[in-house]
Amino acid sequence: MVVPILMALWVSVSDWTGNGSPLSSRVHFVGADNYAALLTDPGLTQRNFATSVRNNAYFVLFVVPLQTALALGLAMVLNQRRLKGKQFFRTAFYFPTVTSSVAISVVFLFLFSSTGTVNAALGLFGVNGPSWFADPRGIFQLLLHGLGVTNPPQALTDGSFMGLSWWDWLSGPSVAMCSIIVLVVWTSTGGFMLMFYAALQNLPPSVDEAALIDGAGPWQRFWRVTLPQLRPTLFLVLTLGLIGTWQVFDQVYVLSRGEPAKTTLTPAYLSYSTSFIGKEWGQGSAIAFLLFVVIVLFTLGQRWLLREKGK
Amino acid sequence: MKQRRSLRWAGYAVLAVVAAVYIYPFLIQLGTAFKTDADATAHPLTPWPHEWSVAVFGALAQQDFPRWALNSVFVSVSVTVGRVVFDSLAGYALARLRFRGRTTVFGAVLAVLAVPSVVLLIPKFLVLNQFGMYDTYAAMIVPLLVDATGVFIMKQFFETVPVSVEEAARIDGAGPLRTFWSVVLPMSRPALITLTILSFQGSWNELPHFIVSRQDPALNTLTSGVATLVSGQLGQGNQFPLKLAAALLMTLPVAVVYFIFSKRFTRGTYEGVDK
Repeated sequence: MVVPILMALWVSVSDWTGNGSPLSSRVHFVGADNYAALLTDPGLTQRNFATSVRNNAYFVLFVVPLQTALALGLAMVLNQRRLKGKQFFRTAFYFPTVTSSVAISVVFLFLFSSTGTVNAALGLFGVNGPSWFADPRGIFQLLLHGLGVTNPPQALTDGSFMGLSWWDWLSGPSVAMCSIIVLVVWTSTGGFMLMFYAALQNLPPSVDEAALIDGAGPWQRFWRVTLPQLRPTLFLVLTLGLIGTWQVFDQVYVLSRGEPAKTTLTPAYLSYSTSFIGKEWGQGSAIAFLLFVVIVLFTLGQRWLLREKGK
Repeated sequence: MKQRRSLRWAGYAVLAVVAAVYIYPFLIQLGTAFKTDADATAHPLTPWPHEWSVAVFGALAQQDFPRWALNSVFVSVSVTVGRVVFDSLAGYALARLRFRGRTTVFGAVLAVLAVPSVVLLIPKFLVLNQFGMYDTYAAMIVPLLVDATGVFIMKQFFETVPVSVEEAARIDGAGPLRTFWSVVLPMSRPALITLTILSFQGSWNELPHFIVSRQDPALNTLTSGVATLVSGQLGQGNQFPLKLAAALLMTLPVAVVYFIFSKRFTRGTYEGVDK
């Protein structure tokens, strides 16, 4: 495992073009050039990378809280002692998790196509749904547009970071990305629900009963009693969620290939397309390693935020 | 009391609605596979076909679909067999044999679990290329043969087997491999079944690895084949019955396995997680 990674690390600082062995003498050391093109040199490469990071950041921002809250909610309901048909509900919620992401993406392609199920359902309420996978508009910008803000304030278009103006950074996920968000939340909730469910089953009922006797309401018991006991599981779910969402690939590959207008481009897909389609292996490996750094930083950051206070 | 009852009803209502949302896409998938193109476009909301048609299945059989299916079966079965053998051997060695560097090896297994698989795509390709394996069945199978999760599951299981059982065998003069094969392995049926199911499901559904380890269309599996079949027209428009039928057929084996073993499925995946 270590050797392949070292090889990739070498490629990320070389000018290998995919011909012959990357270890041959015709391949040159180019230092941090590949990384610089992504991070500091203005140009298309940097803009693509920044765009992919923005897209994925919004993806994470929406998916992780949604899937965690939904999974916890479903697990709490399933944990009601007198609930009937538990087995059925568990099967229904978990089944999407075990099926192929490709097959599910095909289904969602149909659901969200312009004449598809979702738009037909929206039509019942008189809403004219967008052409999901062709609409590159960001939803925050759409919201502002609805509120009458059509021209971005100067301050936001003037400044820029990594080749993208602040206005572009703040666009929100595109309509197309939203459908991928729905898809991923739908598929991933089941697994996390089971983890919460298993943890809930292991909690001693006596603590909850004591709180009940002390006169705590259901809401209070949830926040003050149940949730703190679930901290380890919550931590695990958030960590797995963060790691998973930062490397979203299958769905992008099947559904959109980064289109429309690069709004569903993610670092994982960009790394793949740069290396395997564009044959710029150094660049692609550099993206993969930057993605790795992002994931490590997020995991550490989250660990720090959720650390046990007062220890 | 009253409050409790209404709470319960609310719970059922929420569950029913969410369950409907979770199941509906599968119903749509099932129904649309038997629709005609025009019917699918005109009535996307109802899963029930106005006019039954099995034309798309014939069309799939005409195309490369059977080849993809065969490839998927071949690759998944090989990977599953390999994982059951290697994961259990490795798991046993880590659980029971005392050898130098054991903790280091176990640490490495855990580290591999932590590295995002997307980051490993390029390294995998580099090594396959270096060994001249690119674009072969071996390239598709060998890198998947051992997986850290499986080793971990097996190690956890073997540690629960009482040592006294093995000591008896050892006194009778059996070596470690013999003890493993005729004493420990027969006791491990539940863990082995779990591992088999997870390995099959995982390799059947694998996509990125099959994208980067081959190029030859003849080596397409169902996942990579269907992905290319679908992504041509960027989701606009036509032939949805065909695409959904392909997706349906590729879901079936996993669905069957899931409904037979659903208990094991859920237990195995999160074994040791809720500690």
